[in-house]
Amino acid sequence: MKLTLKIWRQYSAKDAGKMVDYPLDGVEPDMSFLEMLDVLNEHLINRGEDPVAFDHDCREGICGMCSLYINGEAHGPDRGITTCQLHMRMFKDGDTIFIEPFRAKAFPVIKDLVVDRSSFDRIQHAGGFISVNTSGNTIDANTIPINKKDADDAFDAATCIGCGACVASCKNASAMLFVAAKVSQFALLPQGRVEATDRVLNMVAQMDQEGFGNCTNTGACEVECPKGISLENIARMNREYLAASLKG
Amino acid sequence: MALDSKIPDGPISEKWTHYKDHINLVNPANKRNLDVIIVGTGLAGGSAAATLAELGYNVKAFCFQDSPRRAHSIAAQGGINAAKNYQGDGDSTFRLFYDTVKGGDYRAREANVHRLAEVSANIIDQCVAQGVPLAREYGGLLDNRSFGGTLVSRTFYAKGQTGQQLLLGAYSAMNRQIGRGKIKMYNRHEMLDLVIVNGKARGIIARNLITGEIERHSAHAVVIGSGGYGNVFFLSTNAMGSNATAAWKIHKKGAFFANPCYTQIHPTCIPVSGDHQSKLTLMSESLRNDGRIWVPKSLEDAKAIREGRKKPTDLSEVERDYYLERRYPSFGNLVPRDVASRAAKERCDAGFGVNKTGEAVYLDFASAIQRYGKEQAFIKSLDATDAKLVYKLGKEAVENKYGNLFQMYEKIVDENPYVTPMMIYPAVHYTMGGTWVDYNLMTTIPGCFSIGESNFSDHGANRLGASALMQGLADGYFVLPYTIGDYLAPDIKLGEISTDLPEFVEAEKNVRDQLEKFINNNGAHSVDYFHKKLGKIMWDKVGMARNANGLNEAIKEIAALRDEFHRDVKVPGSLNSFNQELEKAMRVADFLELGELFAKDALHRNESCGGHFREEYQSEDGEAQRDDENFAYVAAWEYKGKPSEAVLHKESLVFDNVKLVTRSYK
Repeated sequence: MKLTLKIWRQYSAKDAGKMVDYPLDGVEPDMSFLEMLDVLNEHLINRGEDPVAFDHDCREGICGMCSLYINGEAHGPDRGITTCQLHMRMFKDGDTIFIEPFRAKAFPVIKDLVVDRSSFDRIQHAGGFISVNTSGNTIDANTIPINKKDADDAFDAATCIGCGACVASCKNASAMLFVAAKVSQFALLPQGRVEATDRVLNMVAQMDQEGFGNCTNTGACEVECPKGISLENIARMNREYLAASLKG
Repeated sequence: MALDSKIPDGPISEKWTHYKDHINLVNPANKRNLDVIIVGTGLAGGSAAATLAELGYNVKAFCFQDSPRRAHSIAAQGGINAAKNYQGDGDSTFRLFYDTVKGGDYRAREANVHRLAEVSANIIDQCVAQGVPLAREYGGLLDNRSFGGTLVSRTFYAKGQTGQQLLLGAYSAMNRQIGRGKIKMYNRHEMLDLVIVNGKARGIIARNLITGEIERHSAHAVVIGSGGYGNVFFLSTNAMGSNATAAWKIHKKGAFFANPCYTQIHPTCIPVSGDHQSKLTLMSESLRNDGRIWVPKSLEDAKAIREGRKKPTDLSEVERDYYLERRYPSFGNLVPRDVASRAAKERCDAGFGVNKTGEAVYLDFASAIQRYGKEQAFIKSLDATDAKLVYKLGKEAVENKYGNLFQMYEKIVDENPYVTPMMIYPAVHYTMGGTWVDYNLMTTIPGCFSIGESNFSDHGANRLGASALMQGLADGYFVLPYTIGDYLAPDIKLGEISTDLPEFVEAEKNVRDQLEKFINNNGAHSVDYFHKKLGKIMWDKVGMARNANGLNEAIKEIAALRDEFHRDVKVPGSLNSFNQELEKAMRVADFLELGELFAKDALHRNESCGGHFREEYQSEDGEAQRDDENFAYVAAWEYKGKPSEAVLHKESLVFDNVKLVTRSYK
């Protein structure tokens, strides 16, 4: 396949960025999207140009490191996958592909397509844990039975990979789905109920402080989420938040 | 220097308890005067960071990713072993210990493995208390599955994402301590050297990968939890950034490197599709519970399939060779990983491979679909002779068990595995070798510890499924927190270590020189160009089967490639900026040294054991031949300027509690 790539280039956080055109030939349908970028970078290096910086690591859809806003969609046109799992057979010969970083005030660009998502970590520092020491002096794991439905729902919420596609897809750059996933995981489990009030208040406060926008229930986050994290989690967080606010 | 493993005296089941009762402890008020550096934030590093911070030490944790949550432990699928005996099927600490020593082909250290088995049950309690959503049964209690190489169900799991859930548990424990200021987290930082002051590890040199700044960090002890070195093969199931740099830098500063040739090649990975391939994807071992592995019986059929003239479904039962069932009638498709991998290679080398590269075999679910379909029809009192109905019910059952894996396969290969059999081929997955450590998990450098996959101690020559997660968390949550306290106890009055010491200045200068050399090299080829060449040598000559001729060639070729790399590599960009090519160059430079030591170790070990298969040492029917008389030892290599000069030290392995027998799966 022969493609025209239009890629966001920005030397550093301080510099202004712009879209740059790169024609690329010899792309095979079996390549992953990131392997296609590897091929482009190999050409750029051989020509003495600066290769395109992009984040990636596991390349099997679980680490959450890869990002990219491809033709106006986080992780590109396919559903239920990350960019590293997107394959070039989703495109056709002659296509023009727009490749941009995830854009949000709380995700400043580091270089080209690489953004700083440490705001996500700071939200987790504010309450994304259960306060139990790792001494091993805990009760036997089977002491408290947990009904399968709650355990499965908690698991589904816990599969969030923290990639930030929800933020990038939201017109308000809201992080509600990301925060709600962690709040839900713990709210559904007896171990997590003990600190549920403080957790939701602290995590939401940190989310606001980081400059993420508000949720207006458009549902774009759920559509683009590579792990299919459900909007129900946002509803659950809103209930938790309301209850916590009344208590507080 | 004689290796002292510092194994405590006494019966094996009392060693750890007795050890803990008699070590030095650090008073809580003094812990806050002690700093610990931890490199790597996977299951081992992350759990160690959280636990040491809870105890009161000042922890500085480093990872090259943008968040500790992304360490490659996250990609582990299947599960974590623990001797809980919840199923009442006869499991015990001793059985887990025994299975692990046997599965490792009798090349692991008994005392370490027993301790691992002892703390395994605690890991599950700990993770559940942290809110890790492990799979449960309808009664609300935890569920188990079984894995290869064992006769009990002791594997706990969270669907196909066990590693992710356990890592996020450790990450949450870290977050609590980061929020309290007890862990200072350095994301997007890479350790590039170890600093030794007066014979003790006292700090590291790290590069800030965003700004390019080279930084000095001091501590009273340094812990390496940076994972394995599978990416020396270029193609592996490791993450793209997984690297051996931290482990190799400490090796060059005096830490012995043990058993580098012990590598696990996982039998069920998606085959290579072309030259553009950047990494390989694992399909969980659990698939072998129901899938049958085969290749065509005749070379003509194999050729016709490769050329697209025939489809696998065109071949009748008698035209197929279910070679694992043929060779190993009692274990069949469930032989351990090393055996299954070699058998696939043997068939493909003989010309029976089924994809265009000739390196793939089939993993077929057709008979599982039939079996489950008939079972479901019977349960639901439906017509079990209705072929369409049976297929539909069977397909649903298989989907329930493996749906996410089938979907993953289809996304990558673009073929529907319900209709046409999956193609699989072995790929590099895990490295059992690593830095040599004593019972305290301390390397041969005082104050420098190595935990998780980066050390060598628990899996011998072959790791059993679901044991990597167990070891990472055992080391970090429950072992290191004791052993490091014993080491640090005399240091309480030392005060902060200055980073202005000449040792820091010199180490920083060395790192800067290496980085600048790459930036100014102006060669002709990219880093990947060399990494791929190294990977090909490793795979062809130091891979699943090795022989003396090939290994001797590999040693020469790697040394030559390393010279060419330093002469001719091209690294664009600058030192003081975000520069991914420079990161790669530093990592590949280390792989080019490690690869040679790897081959040298494989050449010296004149036996076949676990993941190390030497073609000269096999029985008439192609099975591995171990040599316990001459090779029941750990090979620990000391760095002497270059890999070819490395000096071998031997730690004899003594088996008091397990009888050495030939592993047979026939």
